[in-house]
Amino acid sequence: MSKKKEVVAIPESKVQSVLQEIMSGDPVRIALSILLGFFIGAIFMVVFNTQVVNAWSNFGADPGLAFSSVWWTIQDGYGALFTGSIFDTSAGNFLDGLRPLTETLRFAAPLIMAGLGVALTFRVGLFNIGATGQIMIGLAGATFVSTRLHMPAVIHMIVAVIAAVVAAAVWGMIVGILKARTGANEVIVTIMLNYVATALFTFCLRQPGLLLESNGGGTPKSDHPDPTAMLGSLFGTGFNLHYGVFLAVIAVAFYWWLMERSTFGFRFRMVGHNPSAARAAGIKVENTFVWALALSAGFAGLAAANQGLSLDGGLTTSIEAGIGFDAITVALLGGSRAGGVVMAGLLFGAFEAGSASMQVSGVSPEVLGVVKALIVLFIAAPPIIRAIYKLPKPKPKALEPTKQTAKVSK
Amino acid sequence: MSKIEVTPGMFSKVEIRPSLKTTITMAITGLVVLVAFGILGKSGDVMFVWSDTRESVQLPHWVVNSMGFCTVVGVLLLAMAAAAFFYRRANKKSPAWLVIIFGLFAIMALLGWLATGASQGVQMVFILSNTLVFAIPLIFGGMAGIMSERAGVVNIAIEGQLLTGAFVSSVVGTMTHNLYLGMVTAMIASAILSMVLASLAIKYLVDQIIIGVLLNVLVIGITNFLHSVWLNNDSSHLNFPGTFDRIAIPLLSDIPVLGQVLFNNRITVYLMFLIVPTLWYVLFKTKLGLRARAVGEHPLAADTVGINVGRTRFWWVTLGGMIAGLGGAALTIGNVGSFGREMSGGQGFIALAVVILGRWQPIYVTLSALLFGFTIVLRVWANQVSPGVPFDIITMVPYLVTLVAVAGFAGRVRAPAADGQPYTKE
Amino acid sequence: MKLELRNITKRFGTLVANDNISLTLEPGEIHSLLGENGAGKSTLMNVLYGLLQPDSGEILIDGKQVNFASPGEAMTAGIGMVHQHFMLIPVFTVAENVVLGNEPTGKLGLLDLNAARKLVKEISDRFGFDIDPDAKVEDLPVGAQQRVEIIKSLARNAKALVLDEPTAVLTPQETDELMEIMRGLAKSGTSIIFITHKLREVQQVSDRITVIRQGKVVATPSPKATANELATLMVGREVDLETKRKPAKLGEESLVVKDLTVLDDRNQQMVDGVSFSIRNGEVLAIAGVQGNGQTELAEAIVGLRKIHSGSVVVAGNDVTRRTVREALESGLGYVPEDRKKDGLVGEFTIAENLMLDGSFTAPFAKGVQIDFAKRDEIANQLIQEFDIRTPSAETLARQLSGGNQQKVVVARELSRELKVLVASQPTRGVDVGSIEFIHEQIIEARDSGKSVLIISTELDEVLALADRIAVMYRGKIVGIVDAKTSREKLGKMMAGIAA
Repeated sequence: MSKKKEVVAIPESKVQSVLQEIMSGDPVRIALSILLGFFIGAIFMVVFNTQVVNAWSNFGADPGLAFSSVWWTIQDGYGALFTGSIFDTSAGNFLDGLRPLTETLRFAAPLIMAGLGVALTFRVGLFNIGATGQIMIGLAGATFVSTRLHMPAVIHMIVAVIAAVVAAAVWGMIVGILKARTGANEVIVTIMLNYVATALFTFCLRQPGLLLESNGGGTPKSDHPDPTAMLGSLFGTGFNLHYGVFLAVIAVAFYWWLMERSTFGFRFRMVGHNPSAARAAGIKVENTFVWALALSAGFAGLAAANQGLSLDGGLTTSIEAGIGFDAITVALLGGSRAGGVVMAGLLFGAFEAGSASMQVSGVSPEVLGVVKALIVLFIAAPPIIRAIYKLPKPKPKALEPTKQTAKVSK
Repeated sequence: MSKIEVTPGMFSKVEIRPSLKTTITMAITGLVVLVAFGILGKSGDVMFVWSDTRESVQLPHWVVNSMGFCTVVGVLLLAMAAAAFFYRRANKKSPAWLVIIFGLFAIMALLGWLATGASQGVQMVFILSNTLVFAIPLIFGGMAGIMSERAGVVNIAIEGQLLTGAFVSSVVGTMTHNLYLGMVTAMIASAILSMVLASLAIKYLVDQIIIGVLLNVLVIGITNFLHSVWLNNDSSHLNFPGTFDRIAIPLLSDIPVLGQVLFNNRITVYLMFLIVPTLWYVLFKTKLGLRARAVGEHPLAADTVGINVGRTRFWWVTLGGMIAGLGGAALTIGNVGSFGREMSGGQGFIALAVVILGRWQPIYVTLSALLFGFTIVLRVWANQVSPGVPFDIITMVPYLVTLVAVAGFAGRVRAPAADGQPYTKE
Repeated sequence: MKLELRNITKRFGTLVANDNISLTLEPGEIHSLLGENGAGKSTLMNVLYGLLQPDSGEILIDGKQVNFASPGEAMTAGIGMVHQHFMLIPVFTVAENVVLGNEPTGKLGLLDLNAARKLVKEISDRFGFDIDPDAKVEDLPVGAQQRVEIIKSLARNAKALVLDEPTAVLTPQETDELMEIMRGLAKSGTSIIFITHKLREVQQVSDRITVIRQGKVVATPSPKATANELATLMVGREVDLETKRKPAKLGEESLVVKDLTVLDDRNQQMVDGVSFSIRNGEVLAIAGVQGNGQTELAEAIVGLRKIHSGSVVVAGNDVTRRTVREALESGLGYVPEDRKKDGLVGEFTIAENLMLDGSFTAPFAKGVQIDFAKRDEIANQLIQEFDIRTPSAETLARQLSGGNQQKVVVARELSRELKVLVASQPTRGVDVGSIEFIHEQIIEARDSGKSVLIISTELDEVLALADRIAVMYRGKIVGIVDAKTSREKLGKMMAGIAA
C-alpha cells in the first residue's frame, strides 16, 4: 500500500513526534526561535510604550528622537532583563555582580522541578495540565507540617518536604485513577482539579483549625513557617538563594535515571509511544497511568516544598506564582528530556529574575509572558520557523536500502 | 446470490452497552436528596417565587415545608433511579428525557434546601435567566468544539478564543462606541486565531492538543500584557463598552416565568437561539454536514471520493472559532460590560467537557451547557441566600460537577473516529 | 474504455516503487496484476487513481492523455477503485456512503436521501447484489461491504474498475461469487484490473496477466501458465510451493483450551464454546476467513481479552483469569496479528524492541536498571540468527521493511523460554523470502518440542505448516481435521458447512 496508508494507520503518539522534533531540533532552529521570540517581544515593548508613542507623534519635528526612543526602550527593557537575571554591571565587586545569576537559579529551581513532572507525563503519552493544583495541595501539606508541627532542625524540613511530595502525589493519583477506571479525558480532569485544589487550599487557609494564621484578620493566610522547617540560605544575607536548588538537582538526577536508565522508565516510554504494544508485552497500561501521574505530581510537590519553605512570611495561594502553568511550557520547550527541561527552566527563571529590574526601568515585564509563549510556540511548531526563515525541510533519515528492504518497502 | 446474514463486520466495535454509572449516580443523588435534604434537612419553610416583578401576569408564590418537599422529591428520584436500572437490565440506554427530568427535580430540591428560611426565597426567574446568560459562552464554545471535532480536529484553544473575543469586543466596542462592531470584530479576531490553529494542525501536522495549549498561553500572555500597559492606563477610552440593551419580544415576553427568561434578552442570547438549531440542521441534514462528518470519521475514505479533507477541516475549525469569538463577546458586552484579566476563567475547558457530555450533538451540548450555567449562578446565589455554606466550597461546584460529568457520565463515549488525527498525503 | 499506463515511475525518497511500468487495459477485459507483497502494485493503482502523482510517465484514456490531481478527477473520467481496506464510513448507511462526494440535494442544501436509496436499489438489483440501502455499513458482513464499494463506483458510471486484493477477506465461496460478478461486469463492457498475489484466482478469471516484481514489469504470461510458473515469475527464482517437514513427534499437551467463550463489546459471542488442545511437537493451525473470531481467540488466550467462560491452560498453569504478563511468563510466546500496533514500538530501536516483554527480569534487567551491555549483546546475536537486515541494532523499528519487522517480533518471542507459541497471521504483508524464513522458524520451534498455534487466513500457509487444522466459523470450531484434507473440504468448512 502507498505510504499514505502507513501514516494514517500507525497509531503513533503525536506528542512523541513533537518531542522528537524538539529534541532533534538543531540548535540553529532553537536559537532562531528564541531570537524571533525576543524580536516580536521587542515590537510589543516598543509599540505600547508611551514615550515611544509620543516621540513618533512628533516624527516630523524630531525624527532622530523617534528612532532613538525605540532603540533606548528596547535596550532599557532587555538590558534590565540582563542585569536582573545574569550579571549586575553596576555592582561593587564580581561576586556581588553574580547575585542576579543566583536569583535566576532560585527562580529556576521550582520551574525545573514542576517541569520535570509535566515532562514525565508527556513521555507516557498523557497531558498533565494539573501542576498548579498539585502544587497547591503540596503547599497545604508542607504548610501544615511547617506551621503546626514542631521538630528539630533538619528533620523538620525533611518531613515538610515529604509531606508536600506525598500530598501532591495523592492529588495526582486521583487523576490517574479516574482516567484508568473511567477513561476520563485527563486534560479536562486536571484543569478542573486545578480550580478545586486552589479553592481547597484557600479553604484550609481560612480555617483556624487548619492553616489560618494565629493572630490574623479574615484573609486566608498562614503563619510563618518554623525556621526549623525552612530551606536554609546558601550564601548568607544579600543572597536569596536557598537549598531549593539542591532539591532541583536531586530531582533532575532522579528524573534522568528514571527515564533513561531504569526499567520503569523503559516501560513508561513504551506506553507513551504505543500503548497497544505495551499491553501485548504484558504491561498494565492503566496502572502505568496511575503511577506516572502520581510520580509527576510528586515532582510538583517538590516545587511546592520549594515555594512553601523558602519564604519567611505568611503564605497565601499567590506563593504558587504561576509555576504550575509555566511548567507546561518548560516541559514542552525542554522536549521532555532532563537536559532540555533544565535549560528551559533556567531561561524562564531568568525571565522571572529580570522582571523586577525591568519594572524599575519602566518596561512592563508582562511582555516576557508574550516572549515566553512565542518562543515555545516557535519551537513546538517548526514549520512556522521554517516558513519565516525559509529553512529547508529536514530530510527524514532514510535507511540505506539493502536488497531486502528495496524489495519490500511500501 | 447467497443470502446475506448479519455477522460482525470488520470494523472496530462500538461501545453501546449502557453503563451502570448512570444508575449508580442517579441512586446516590436520590439518596443524598432524601437523607441530607429531606429527612435530616433544615427545618422551616421555603418559598418558591415564580414571577419576576416585571411581569404582567403575577403567579402566586409557592410556600412548602422544606423537609417534606425534599423527602418527596428524594423518593421520586430514587424511583427514577430504579427505572434507569430496569432500562439497563433490558440492555437499553436510559432515555434522555428521564435524565433531564431527574436533573430538574434534583435541582429543585437543592434550591429548596439552600433557601430554607431565606426571605427572598427561590427567585426562579432570576435563577433561570442568569443560568441562560452564564451558559451562553459555554454554548458558543461548545458549538465551536462540535464544529471542529466533528471534522476531526481537537480544539483545546476554545479558552483562548473566548478570551480573544472578550478582549477585542470590549476594546473595539469602547473605541468605536459601537457594540455591534465590537461583536463582529471579536468574531473575526477569533476566526484568525483559529486559522492559525487550523493551518498548524492540518497543513503542518503539529500535534493539535499542544498547539491548542500553546495558543491559550499566547492569548493569555498577550491580553495580560495589553491589559496592564494599555487598558489600565486609559480604561474609560479603551475598556468601558457597556453592554447591549435588552430587547423584549412583545407578547412572548409576557408568558409567565419563561417569558422573561427566554424572550427578554440581549442579542447575544437571541443569536444562540438561531445558531444552535442551524448547526444541527447543517450537520445532520445537509450535504455539507455529511461531508464534514465523513472527514471526521474516515478522512481517507472521504479523500477517495474527492472531498478535500484539509480544506473542509480548515473551514469548519475557522467558522467554529468565529462562534467561539461570539461567545467571548457575550462575556463582556453581553454580560459584564468590560474586560478583566483572564476573565474566561476555565470556561473554554468546561465547554470541551460539555461537548463530550453532549456527545457532539448541538441540542444535547446546549442542555449540558445550561447545567453548567446553573452551577455558576449557584455560586453567587447560594452565598446570598445561605451564607453559612463556606464560600470556597461553593466556588468548587462548577468544576466538581464537570469532573463528575466527565468521569461519571461521559467516560467512554465515542468521538468522531478520526478526531485528533492529522491526515497526510504523499 | 481503453486505458493505458505508459512508463510510469514513482519514487519514495531513494526507493523506486514503480520503475517504468507500462500496462494496457482493453475494454471489457479482466487484466490481472500479479505480484507479491510490496512489489509496487498498490502504488501503481494509487497513481492511476489520482491519490499519488507519478514522477514520470503518462496515463491515457481512449488515446488521450489525462492527468488526475485527485480521486475526484479519476472518478469523473470513469475510473472506479475498490480498495483492499474499504473506504467506507462505518457509522453511515449504505446510501450515505454511496452518494458521499456526489450527493443529490434538494432545497437549502438538504440531502435527498430518497434519491440516494433509489440509486442504490437500482444498481443492486441490476447486478443481483441484494443490499439494503439503509443498513449501517458497520453492521454488514465483509462480503456485503465489498459490494457496497463496488456499487459506489458503478453509481458514478465507472467504465474501468480496479479491484485491489479483493479476496483477502472472503471465503472461498464468496470469492467464487466475486469472480462471477467480475465476469458479469466485464461482459457488460466494464474493464477490470484485478490486483492480487493469489495465483489460483489469477488462473481462474484473467484474460491477460501482467507480473510485477520489485517495481518493474517482468512478464505477461498466459492465463494457462501453471501456479509454479507464475510463482517463479513473481518471486524471481525457483519456488517450490511445497514445504517438506518431518512427521510430528508428539509430547504432552501444553495448550489446552476448553469451552472458551469470549464476548465482544456488543455482547456477541465472538468465540463460542471453543475447545482444542495442542501437544508438544505439533502445529495446530486455525483456518477461517477474517472476522470469524480467530483474532479474539488469540487475544483471549494471551490475556488481552476478557474470557467470559471456559478455561485456558498453558503448560499446566491455568491462565484463564491471569494477566498478560503471567501468561507470557508461564511460557507463552505471542506473535500478534498487527505487528505495528501490538508487536513493536516503531520509535524504539531494534534492541529495545527485542526486550519489549523482557524488561521485568534478567537478562535485560539488573535489578531496576536496564543491563545495556547484555541487551546489546543479545540484540546483535538475534539479528544474526534471524537474518534481520539492518545497518545496526540501533536502527528504529519503523525504518525496517515489513518482513524484517516481523522477524524482530518472531526473534523476540522465540528467544524466550517457551512452551507454547501463538502466532496470528505470522506472514501477513511479508515478502516471500521472509515468509520462507519465518515458516522455517516455526517448524523448528515445533521440532524442538514446543506446542505451536498458528492462526491464518491464508489457506496456503495453513496447509504448509499444520499437522492438524481447526476451522473457525462464526466463533465456533466447525471441525478439527488432518492436514491432508482437501482444499474443497476446507473451503466448505470455512463457510460453516461441517459434513
